[in-house]
Amino acid sequence: MTGIYFDNNATTRVDPAVVEAMLPYFTEQFGNPSSMHSFGNKVGLAIKKARMQVQELLGAEFDSEIIFTSCGTESDSTALISALKAQPERKEIITTTVEHPAILTLCTWLEKDGYKVHYLKVDGKGRLDLDEYKKLLSDQVAVVSVMWANNETGTFFPVVEMAELAHAAGAMFHTDAVQAVGKVPLNLKDTKIDMLSVSGHKLHAPKGIGVLYLKRGVRFRPLLRGGHQERGRRAGTENTTSIVGLGKAAEMAMEAMAYENTEVARLRDKLEVGILAKVPRSFVTGNPDDRLPNTSNIAFEFIEGEAILLLLNKFGIAASSGSACTSGSLEPSHVMRAMGIPYTAAHGTVRFSLSRYSTEAEVDRVIQVVPEIIAQLRKLSPYWDGDGPAAEPEKAFAPTYA
Amino acid sequence: MWDYSDKVKEHFFQPRNAGVLADANGVGDVGSISCGDALRLMLKVEPETDIILDAHFQTFGCGSAIASSSALTEMIKGKTLDEALKVSNQDIADYLDGLPPEKMHCSVMGREALQAAVANYRGEVWADDHEEGALVCKCFAIDAVLIEDTIRANNLSSVQDVTNYTKAGGGCSSCHEGIEEILAKVMTERGESFKPGAAPKEEVSASGMTNLQRIRKIEAVLESVRPQLRRDGGDIELVDVDGKTIYVNMTGACAGCQMEALTLQGIQQKLMEELKEFIKIVPTKVSSLTRAMKG
Repeated sequence: MTGIYFDNNATTRVDPAVVEAMLPYFTEQFGNPSSMHSFGNKVGLAIKKARMQVQELLGAEFDSEIIFTSCGTESDSTALISALKAQPERKEIITTTVEHPAILTLCTWLEKDGYKVHYLKVDGKGRLDLDEYKKLLSDQVAVVSVMWANNETGTFFPVVEMAELAHAAGAMFHTDAVQAVGKVPLNLKDTKIDMLSVSGHKLHAPKGIGVLYLKRGVRFRPLLRGGHQERGRRAGTENTTSIVGLGKAAEMAMEAMAYENTEVARLRDKLEVGILAKVPRSFVTGNPDDRLPNTSNIAFEFIEGEAILLLLNKFGIAASSGSACTSGSLEPSHVMRAMGIPYTAAHGTVRFSLSRYSTEAEVDRVIQVVPEIIAQLRKLSPYWDGDGPAAEPEKAFAPTYA
Repeated sequence: MWDYSDKVKEHFFQPRNAGVLADANGVGDVGSISCGDALRLMLKVEPETDIILDAHFQTFGCGSAIASSSALTEMIKGKTLDEALKVSNQDIADYLDGLPPEKMHCSVMGREALQAAVANYRGEVWADDHEEGALVCKCFAIDAVLIEDTIRANNLSSVQDVTNYTKAGGGCSSCHEGIEEILAKVMTERGESFKPGAAPKEEVSASGMTNLQRIRKIEAVLESVRPQLRRDGGDIELVDVDGKTIYVNMTGACAGCQMEALTLQGIQQKLMEELKEFIKIVPTKVSSLTRAMKG
């Protein structure tokens, strides 16, 4: 399929080398790794290799700290529920207002069971206030869950430092690192991070495979119980093909790490500068000084994101938006709202997320197309007048809301 | 990605009558709080005849909001104000060959802009009379506000009640957790607690009819559709009524017809409207049963 795919924070293309590594495990090597015969044994060895490849990518001390799961969401749920079950005397959770729904929806549900959840606020650039965090830490907090990098803006949180603070208060620390793994060098053995979630399909492995990193010695209560797979910490027959694929993808991500942080970052910067230079009333959301190398989130004022995406799609360009309409929900992105971005801009945010497959020619094409699309939609906007926003846009157009 | 009809896409990519109408004499500015979209509708009305000579729009919104606005302007041009006011939001959606349930509010916004613009022309002020909430039941497009208001107004206490009164939850049933949450909230307000196993408010018949009255009503409905079926060489007969399940037998050309499931769905809908309760129609032949379930 041709087209320009700038939506790699949603999901990535499985690398052909990953597919190739996986294929034998559908047919020739179909055994159950738990079996005693040689059909199973070879598969068991392949899983062992994949575990070490993931260990290497995460900078984990032991390969037994890697637990394969079905997805990032399962890893998140397992981590939080385990921390609560293992420490029943502690009834509080600390997280942030801008987490992924995999954490936020779970927390809302846990609140119904009587847990107290503290949501850390962010400032206009999506940054946390560590003083607020320190004040909330107490012997009542079972677990702190803070994402490594935000999926919408790419903004980093200081998770290594926050893990140390959590430990000082006797709380466990979990981080949803699905956007960071493969794009940021990790060395978990030198941190106090107890648990970390990985999603395979964000780093060119297939969908349906994830990892929960669990530091040795951290008290743990499995979510799925049954067989002895993953040392009894995640029952269920292993997704052998996808585990092999994730191992290969982890190895390739290690090799591409420098490229991601230089060349991909350069292309992202070129795209961003190019668009901002040509489109008036547009700005970058999040913290451009401290974010993922592949992500750029741009707000285009006075127009709506879904309309932008539909027109981009017509030009074969794929991106995503924080507008309410793209999700069928009532509100624009909770991340944009948490940062205090006004409605007329939050609805018009577009996230471009590149990968190591993105090219200079693609970036040039997007820089060429975007300004035309924005101008076309602004012509339809009641907040816009000719070449600029209507004088005092909020007064020029103040509809009756129903 | 939304499953937009070709007509929606066409009106989005080539919107009709977009932009400012300089000599407009009726302007309506409305927004839908449920997704932040907003629309300005501008009319040029001929004072002697009340005919809409021209209509333009400006929209801050998504693909279907822009398409609904475009469709609306096309639909009302050349009509008198009174004729134009007969255009409903469903008419706008139909004109576009349908909208996804999550997007129906875009057509509502179009309808409201029309009311507001006409009021503005007549020197009146349009006041909105409804509130829209989060979409709960996607099968029947029922939102949280309607469910909550209905529970409150009728003292409902079970999911089945909510389905009987609003249709919400009567389809795929994935939204039952959401309905239970609304029930729990409203029931707590009135000092009760929600119990999942509680019997529906009106056990046998939501319509309050006796069994005999009910069966007569069902037969009357079947009788009313019979001429249509016979025209196609088929027929339908009532086999049994067991609570909320109505067993029928499709005969003649109807039996095994590819459109059978669709036909039954239509009859089921009609029965629900007439009986004012949620029922299920089940064909007794195995072949048609499986087909109806897929439908």
